[in-house]
Amino acid sequence: MSAPDIEAPRTRSRIRATRTDVELCSWLFMRMSGVVLVALITLHLVMNLVVGDGIQGVDFAFVAGKWADPFWQVVDLTMLWLAMIHGTNGVRTVINDHARRDLTRYWLKMLLYLSFTVVVVLGTLVVLTFDPCPVGADAALLPDFCPAR
Amino acid sequence: MTKAPAGTLYRGREGMWSWVAHRITGVLIFFFLLVHVLDTALVRVSPEAYDDIIGTYQNPVVGLGETGLVAAVLFHALNGLRVMAVDLWAKGTRYHRQLFYGVVGTWVLLMIPFTVRHLGNVFGE
Repeated sequence: MSAPDIEAPRTRSRIRATRTDVELCSWLFMRMSGVVLVALITLHLVMNLVVGDGIQGVDFAFVAGKWADPFWQVVDLTMLWLAMIHGTNGVRTVINDHARRDLTRYWLKMLLYLSFTVVVVLGTLVVLTFDPCPVGADAALLPDFCPAR
Repeated sequence: MTKAPAGTLYRGREGMWSWVAHRITGVLIFFFLLVHVLDTALVRVSPEAYDDIIGTYQNPVVGLGETGLVAAVLFHALNGLRVMAVDLWAKGTRYHRQLFYGVVGTWVLLMIPFTVRHLGNVFGE
Protein backbone atom coordinates (compact mmCIF):
# COMPACT_ATOMS: atom_id res chain seq x y z
CA MET A 1 0.00 0.00 0.00
CA SER A 2 1.62 3.17 -1.16
CA ALA A 3 1.11 6.57 0.31
CA PRO A 4 -1.52 8.59 -1.61
CA ASP A 5 -0.26 11.43 -3.68
CA ILE A 6 -1.14 14.69 -2.07
CA GLU A 7 -1.00 17.73 -4.26
CA ALA A 8 0.86 20.78 -3.07
CA PRO A 9 -1.60 23.25 -1.61
CA ARG A 10 -2.52 26.18 -3.77
CA THR A 11 -0.21 29.10 -3.28
CA ARG A 12 -2.11 32.11 -2.03
CA SER A 13 -2.49 34.89 -4.47
CA ARG A 14 -0.18 37.77 -3.68
CA ILE A 15 -2.76 40.26 -4.91
CA ARG A 16 -4.45 41.95 -1.99
CA ALA A 17 -8.16 42.65 -1.91
CA THR A 18 -7.57 46.35 -1.37
CA ARG A 19 -4.62 48.56 -2.17
CA THR A 20 -4.71 50.68 0.95
CA ASP A 21 -5.28 50.29 4.67
CA VAL A 22 -8.05 52.91 4.83
CA GLU A 23 -10.63 50.57 6.35
CA LEU A 24 -8.10 49.24 8.88
CA CYS A 25 -7.24 52.82 9.90
CA SER A 26 -10.97 53.56 10.16
CA TRP A 27 -11.52 50.52 12.42
CA LEU A 28 -8.58 51.49 14.64
CA PHE A 29 -9.60 55.16 14.77
CA MET A 30 -13.14 54.29 15.93
CA ARG A 31 -11.71 52.39 18.91
CA MET A 32 -9.02 54.90 19.87
CA SER A 33 -11.27 57.97 19.51
CA GLY A 34 -14.09 56.03 21.23
CA VAL A 35 -12.10 55.59 24.44
CA VAL A 36 -11.10 59.28 24.51
CA LEU A 37 -14.67 60.40 23.72
CA VAL A 38 -16.11 58.32 26.58
CA ALA A 39 -13.88 60.29 28.99
CA LEU A 40 -14.41 63.71 27.36
CA ILE A 41 -18.19 63.43 26.97
CA THR A 42 -18.63 62.07 30.51
CA LEU A 43 -16.75 65.16 31.76
CA HIS A 44 -18.87 67.40 29.48
CA LEU A 45 -22.16 65.95 30.78
CA VAL A 46 -21.08 66.11 34.44
CA MET A 47 -19.87 69.73 34.12
CA ASN A 48 -22.90 70.99 32.16
CA LEU A 49 -25.83 68.89 33.38
CA VAL A 50 -25.01 67.39 36.81
CA VAL A 51 -22.96 69.75 39.01
CA GLY A 52 -24.19 73.21 40.10
CA ASP A 53 -27.64 74.09 38.73
CA GLY A 54 -27.33 71.62 35.83
CA ILE A 55 -29.06 72.77 32.64
CA GLN A 56 -30.58 75.77 34.49
CA GLY A 57 -27.07 77.13 35.07
CA VAL A 58 -26.08 77.08 31.39
CA ASP A 59 -26.08 80.55 29.81
CA PHE A 60 -23.67 82.90 28.03
CA ALA A 61 -21.82 83.72 31.27
CA PHE A 62 -21.32 79.99 31.99
CA VAL A 63 -19.86 79.28 28.53
CA ALA A 64 -17.75 82.45 28.66
CA GLY A 65 -16.35 81.38 32.04
CA LYS A 66 -15.25 78.08 30.54
CA TRP A 67 -13.78 79.39 27.27
CA ALA A 68 -11.91 82.23 28.96
CA ASP A 69 -9.66 79.35 30.12
CA PRO A 70 -7.40 77.78 27.43
CA PHE A 71 -7.83 74.41 29.18
CA TRP A 72 -11.54 74.25 28.29
CA GLN A 73 -10.88 75.59 24.79
CA VAL A 74 -8.48 72.68 24.17
CA VAL A 75 -10.87 70.15 25.78
CA ASP A 76 -13.84 71.34 23.71
CA LEU A 77 -11.88 71.60 20.45
CA THR A 78 -10.55 68.05 20.94
CA MET A 79 -14.08 66.85 21.66
CA LEU A 80 -15.47 68.67 18.59
CA TRP A 81 -12.91 67.19 16.20
CA LEU A 82 -12.90 63.65 17.58
CA ALA A 83 -16.71 63.48 17.84
CA MET A 84 -17.22 64.85 14.32
CA ILE A 85 -14.68 62.49 12.71
CA HIS A 86 -16.01 59.52 14.74
CA GLY A 87 -19.64 60.37 13.90
CA THR A 88 -18.97 61.10 10.23
CA ASN A 89 -17.07 57.83 9.86
CA GLY A 90 -19.92 55.97 11.58
CA VAL A 91 -22.57 57.49 9.31
CA ARG A 92 -20.32 56.75 6.29
CA THR A 93 -20.42 53.07 7.33
CA VAL A 94 -24.21 53.20 7.73
CA ILE A 95 -24.60 54.75 4.23
CA ASN A 96 -22.28 52.12 2.70
CA ASP A 97 -24.31 49.36 4.37
CA HIS A 98 -27.84 50.50 3.64
CA ALA A 99 -27.89 52.68 0.48
CA ARG A 100 -28.06 50.28 -2.45
CA ARG A 101 -27.66 52.48 -5.53
CA ASP A 102 -24.15 53.75 -6.36
CA LEU A 103 -25.42 57.25 -7.07
CA THR A 104 -27.44 57.39 -3.84
CA ARG A 105 -24.37 56.36 -1.82
CA TYR A 106 -22.24 58.93 -3.64
CA TRP A 107 -24.56 61.87 -3.00
CA LEU A 108 -25.38 60.92 0.59
CA LYS A 109 -21.65 60.80 1.36
CA MET A 110 -21.01 64.12 -0.41
CA LEU A 111 -23.75 65.69 1.73
CA LEU A 112 -22.20 64.07 4.81
CA TYR A 113 -18.71 65.42 4.05
CA LEU A 114 -20.12 68.87 3.32
CA SER A 115 -21.93 68.91 6.71
CA PHE A 116 -18.74 67.73 8.38
CA THR A 117 -16.70 70.56 6.87
CA VAL A 118 -19.23 73.29 7.66
CA VAL A 119 -19.74 72.18 11.28
CA VAL A 120 -16.06 71.59 12.09
CA VAL A 121 -14.88 74.86 10.52
CA LEU A 122 -17.66 76.86 12.19
CA GLY A 123 -17.16 75.19 15.58
CA THR A 124 -13.39 75.67 15.48
CA LEU A 125 -13.68 79.35 14.54
CA VAL A 126 -16.23 79.94 17.31
CA VAL A 127 -13.99 78.43 20.02
CA LEU A 128 -10.80 80.13 18.78
CA THR A 129 -12.22 83.63 18.14
CA PHE A 130 -14.54 83.68 21.17
CA ASP A 131 -14.69 86.93 23.19
CA PRO A 132 -16.06 86.39 26.72
CA CYS A 133 -16.68 90.13 27.17
CA PRO A 134 -18.18 91.44 23.90
CA VAL A 135 -18.39 95.25 23.73
CA GLY A 136 -21.92 96.68 23.72
CA ALA A 137 -23.60 93.57 25.16
CA ASP A 138 -26.04 93.75 28.07
CA ALA A 139 -23.65 93.77 31.07
CA ALA A 140 -26.07 91.67 33.15
CA LEU A 141 -25.52 88.70 30.81
CA LEU A 142 -21.71 88.80 31.00
CA PRO A 143 -19.48 86.76 33.37
CA ASP A 144 -18.33 88.45 36.61
CA PHE A 145 -14.75 89.03 35.44
CA CYS A 146 -15.76 91.34 32.55
CA PRO A 147 -14.85 95.06 33.06
CA ALA A 148 -18.37 96.07 31.95
CA ARG A 149 -19.81 94.44 35.10
CA MET B 1 -52.05 34.20 -0.31
CA THR B 2 -48.98 32.12 0.32
CA LYS B 3 -47.51 31.98 3.75
CA ALA B 4 -43.84 32.89 4.01
CA PRO B 5 -41.79 29.83 4.89
CA ALA B 6 -40.92 29.79 8.56
CA GLY B 7 -37.39 30.42 9.70
CA THR B 8 -36.05 32.50 6.83
CA LEU B 9 -35.81 35.73 8.78
CA TYR B 10 -32.61 36.09 10.75
CA ARG B 11 -33.54 36.56 14.37
CA GLY B 12 -30.33 37.43 16.12
CA ARG B 13 -29.98 37.53 19.83
CA GLU B 14 -27.93 39.83 22.09
CA GLY B 15 -25.21 40.31 19.46
CA MET B 16 -27.61 41.51 16.75
CA TRP B 17 -29.74 43.71 18.99
CA SER B 18 -26.70 45.44 20.50
CA TRP B 19 -25.52 46.13 16.94
CA VAL B 20 -28.93 47.56 15.98
CA ALA B 21 -29.07 49.72 19.12
CA HIS B 22 -25.48 50.92 18.56
CA ARG B 23 -26.37 52.09 15.03
CA ILE B 24 -29.59 53.84 16.01
CA THR B 25 -28.03 55.63 19.01
CA GLY B 26 -24.95 56.55 16.92
CA VAL B 27 -26.96 58.17 14.12
CA LEU B 28 -29.19 59.97 16.66
CA ILE B 29 -26.19 61.38 18.53
CA PHE B 30 -24.55 62.49 15.24
CA PHE B 31 -27.59 64.52 14.18
CA PHE B 32 -27.85 66.07 17.64
CA LEU B 33 -24.14 66.96 17.47
CA LEU B 34 -24.68 68.92 14.23
CA VAL B 35 -27.51 70.91 15.86
CA HIS B 36 -25.57 71.34 19.12
CA VAL B 37 -22.53 72.91 17.38
CA LEU B 38 -24.83 75.28 15.49
CA ASP B 39 -26.73 76.39 18.63
CA THR B 40 -23.49 76.84 20.57
CA ALA B 41 -22.12 78.94 17.68
CA LEU B 42 -24.63 81.62 18.71
CA VAL B 43 -22.25 82.63 21.56
CA ARG B 44 -20.32 84.31 18.75
CA VAL B 45 -23.41 86.30 17.67
CA SER B 46 -24.43 87.84 21.02
CA PRO B 47 -25.09 86.84 24.65
CA GLU B 48 -28.80 87.58 24.05
CA ALA B 49 -28.98 85.21 21.04
CA TYR B 50 -27.28 82.40 22.97
CA ASP B 51 -29.40 82.80 26.12
CA ASP B 52 -32.53 82.75 23.93
CA ILE B 53 -31.66 79.44 22.27
CA ILE B 54 -30.45 77.80 25.49
CA GLY B 55 -33.79 78.81 27.03
CA THR B 56 -35.43 76.26 24.74
CA TYR B 57 -33.14 73.57 26.20
CA GLN B 58 -34.50 74.45 29.64
CA ASN B 59 -38.08 73.88 28.51
CA PRO B 60 -39.62 70.77 30.21
CA VAL B 61 -40.43 68.96 26.94
CA VAL B 62 -36.88 69.44 25.63
CA GLY B 63 -35.64 68.43 29.11
CA LEU B 64 -37.28 65.02 28.63
CA GLY B 65 -35.63 64.80 25.20
CA GLU B 66 -32.24 65.54 26.80
CA THR B 67 -32.77 62.63 29.19
CA GLY B 68 -33.34 60.40 26.15
CA LEU B 69 -30.26 61.83 24.48
CA VAL B 70 -28.07 61.14 27.52
CA ALA B 71 -29.54 57.62 27.60
CA ALA B 72 -28.45 57.17 23.97
CA VAL B 73 -24.96 58.59 24.65
CA LEU B 74 -24.43 56.37 27.71
CA PHE B 75 -25.60 53.24 25.89
CA HIS B 76 -23.37 54.00 22.90
CA ALA B 77 -20.39 54.64 25.21
CA LEU B 78 -20.83 51.46 27.28
CA ASN B 79 -21.63 49.28 24.27
CA GLY B 80 -18.62 50.76 22.44
CA LEU B 81 -16.40 49.63 25.32
CA ARG B 82 -18.02 46.18 24.99
CA VAL B 83 -17.22 46.12 21.24
CA MET B 84 -13.59 46.90 22.08
CA ALA B 85 -13.52 44.11 24.65
CA VAL B 86 -14.92 41.67 22.08
CA ASP B 87 -12.34 42.77 19.49
CA LEU B 88 -9.25 43.07 21.66
CA TRP B 89 -9.70 40.85 24.74
CA ALA B 90 -8.86 37.17 24.09
CA LYS B 91 -11.97 35.95 25.94
CA GLY B 92 -14.22 38.76 24.65
CA THR B 93 -16.07 36.65 22.06
CA ARG B 94 -16.77 33.88 24.59
CA TYR B 95 -18.30 36.30 27.10
CA HIS B 96 -19.93 38.80 24.66
CA ARG B 97 -23.41 37.95 25.97
CA GLN B 98 -22.41 38.48 29.62
CA LEU B 99 -20.69 41.70 28.58
CA PHE B 100 -23.92 42.86 26.94
CA TYR B 101 -25.92 42.27 30.13
CA GLY B 102 -23.17 44.13 32.00
CA VAL B 103 -23.67 47.06 29.60
CA VAL B 104 -27.44 47.10 30.13
CA GLY B 105 -27.08 46.81 33.93
CA THR B 106 -24.47 49.59 34.17
CA TRP B 107 -26.58 51.76 31.87
CA VAL B 108 -29.65 51.39 34.13
CA LEU B 109 -27.56 52.09 37.24
CA LEU B 110 -26.20 55.32 35.70
CA MET B 111 -29.52 56.46 34.22
CA ILE B 112 -31.49 56.29 37.49
CA PRO B 113 -29.46 58.94 39.39
CA PHE B 114 -28.97 61.05 36.23
CA THR B 115 -32.71 61.11 35.48
CA VAL B 116 -33.53 62.08 39.07
CA ARG B 117 -30.94 64.88 39.01
CA HIS B 118 -31.72 66.21 35.52
CA LEU B 119 -35.52 66.14 35.74
CA GLY B 120 -35.17 67.70 39.20
CA ASN B 121 -33.31 70.60 37.55
CA VAL B 122 -35.76 70.84 34.64
CA PHE B 123 -38.99 70.70 36.66
CA GLY B 124 -37.65 72.32 39.88
CA GLU B 125 -37.68 76.08 40.34
